[in-house]
Amino acid sequence: MDLTLTDEEQRFRDELREWLAGHHPGPEPSGDEAGFAFRRAWQRTLHEARYAGLSWPAEFGGRGATLIEQAIFNEELTRADAPSPANILGLAMGGPVVIHYGTTEQKERYLDPILSAEEIWCQGFSEPQAGSDLAALRTKAVRHGDEWVVTGQKVWTTFAHNAKWCMLVARTDLEVAKHKGLTYFLMDMEQEGVQVRPLRQITGEAEFNELFLEEARIPHENIVGGEGNGWNVAITTLMHERAGLGFSSAVSVKRSFVELLALCRERGLTDDPVVRQRLAQLHIEVENLRLSALRGLSSQMRTGQPGPEGSLVKWQWAETNQSLTDFAWEVLGADGLAADSEWAYKALRARANSIEGGTTEILKNIIAERMLGLPRAAR
Amino acid sequence: MNFDLSDDQREIKRTARELLTARVRLREHAEAGTYDDALWTELVGLGWPGIGVELGAVELVVLAEELGYALAPVPFLSTAAAALALAGDGRLPDVVGGRTRATVGEKIGSRAGLVADVVDSELVVLLDGDRALLLESPSAVAVETIDSTRRFGSVEANDGTELAIDVAAVRDRIALAVAAESVGVAQRMLEGTVAYAKEREQFGQPIGIHQAVSHRCAQMLLETECARSACLYAAWAADHEPASLPLAASSAKAYASDAGYRVTAAALQLHGGIGFTWEHDLHFFLKRARVNGHLFGSAREHRERVATLICA
Repeated sequence: MDLTLTDEEQRFRDELREWLAGHHPGPEPSGDEAGFAFRRAWQRTLHEARYAGLSWPAEFGGRGATLIEQAIFNEELTRADAPSPANILGLAMGGPVVIHYGTTEQKERYLDPILSAEEIWCQGFSEPQAGSDLAALRTKAVRHGDEWVVTGQKVWTTFAHNAKWCMLVARTDLEVAKHKGLTYFLMDMEQEGVQVRPLRQITGEAEFNELFLEEARIPHENIVGGEGNGWNVAITTLMHERAGLGFSSAVSVKRSFVELLALCRERGLTDDPVVRQRLAQLHIEVENLRLSALRGLSSQMRTGQPGPEGSLVKWQWAETNQSLTDFAWEVLGADGLAADSEWAYKALRARANSIEGGTTEILKNIIAERMLGLPRAAR
Repeated sequence: MNFDLSDDQREIKRTARELLTARVRLREHAEAGTYDDALWTELVGLGWPGIGVELGAVELVVLAEELGYALAPVPFLSTAAAALALAGDGRLPDVVGGRTRATVGEKIGSRAGLVADVVDSELVVLLDGDRALLLESPSAVAVETIDSTRRFGSVEANDGTELAIDVAAVRDRIALAVAAESVGVAQRMLEGTVAYAKEREQFGQPIGIHQAVSHRCAQMLLETECARSACLYAAWAADHEPASLPLAASSAKAYASDAGYRVTAAALQLHGGIGFTWEHDLHFFLKRARVNGHLFGSAREHRERVATLICA
């Protein structure tokens, strides 16, 4: 057990800090389009310094960074209040899946434009009738010669309106058990058969979209991981999503906590014994989240793959962020209820944390079955 | 950066688990309120009481967790705590060698109310704010608590020899050992409850198939793991980053105090009626968790210290 950075890790961090000091793009402009263009430009800057796709092997344009280096990277970017890169799904999920399952041609075609943010990626997994029960998805792909023709509906599709490629899971075989008849495609979003409709959330904004597919076309060569293997490829994608989430979410919750503490100070509440108990408990939980993420990284480095521990971290993150923002609401009183309150936005947005990327209920099932070996419930 | 235990630390854990599983006769000693002298002599021979001084806080935490897991009927906590307080003292070899019985208590006013093994001790170190007083042959009165697996007493004292030690750091390390014991208690209850949920059948199927049961088990796992991470981190800080120790130790003790009790209480609930019987060992663990939650600072007291440190 050693929680100090090695010389190499320290060097990596110092270099990154210095680079960030010289290349930080400043605050993000408001407005969806301006913001996206800004994050796209930022990713190009990152890519030029070979900081995009850090974990990807060097032969594909990354640095083959260790998990600890990735954690340091996320921590430093959050600390510097730097924007996220525009093509976050391509970097965290699309690229790793193509590297893991893709053909040589696919690697040559897709990886570089992901890194440079020239082509943005989105994820077409969930459907109105297939949320937690992903394998129940109904979007259908039928083969016509060298093409697949896709019809169906996807939902919660982040970045769909900016995306060139969609990681699409569709049903290609109706005859076999439900998770066996799925195939993983890369679908071109720029075609007539694909309609994107923004989905307004309780915060008023529209991060997500609905995707309507009406005879959309996908060339056969755009299958990843082989026909009928879509479930395995999708699971790999989701594991990457959860593993990547851990550390950066811990850092961003920590930042929110620091703001909350400042808020309590401003309002002269830090002498209130009830507030003190709540703040201390939140500090402990924020810190526990960081430690769990760290332990998850160590175990992933030992076993070589993200394990079910990622589910613990994701659950903890949702719970901690919700209780933190709810407490901010309590502290703010009427000020927190104003339509333009930043904390109101955070608290409302946090409600999605226990749903997005795996509901807390599903995570508890995973923990009970895979970590504790409890019997699997009928489903 | 690496959060995994080293090979040596893992070996300590494995050895302790095997030895204690084979040797501890919990029911017999808990019923009689006695310690297992033969087992204690063996553990002293293995050098366990001095581990926190000779190896470090991480090793102490690893070992204390196993003693909690086994609910071992031996005066380990008192002796290991005394070793920490007397680390630079000439009496240390006699304490860790089992020749001089010693313990540590916390004094409020003129009294230390709940001191482990003080009745049998020749030396007691009383922590009093930022001072530490050493008393020889203290006159102690036995106190019977709900936890019959550990012997407590109270002691009145207005004098004693002042020890020149870093009282806060010693108190933090002792608090961590107590917290780690509670992690072991929680781990044992988690394992027992999961095993029971797999085997106990109602309505023709194991109760663990129901999410009302399995999700509570998942919650027990989460709290046990978080408490363990917090203890290990604080122990690492004690040895390598002392400036972080106060906040880390209080965070760990606050969390483990709550988690220890919550996890054992959940275990009782999930066992149903059998968990409420004297005949089942579960209550010994629940009571140990409750008493540990009080020793060397309750959750509320440690949260207050956390608040002071973060609001400063």
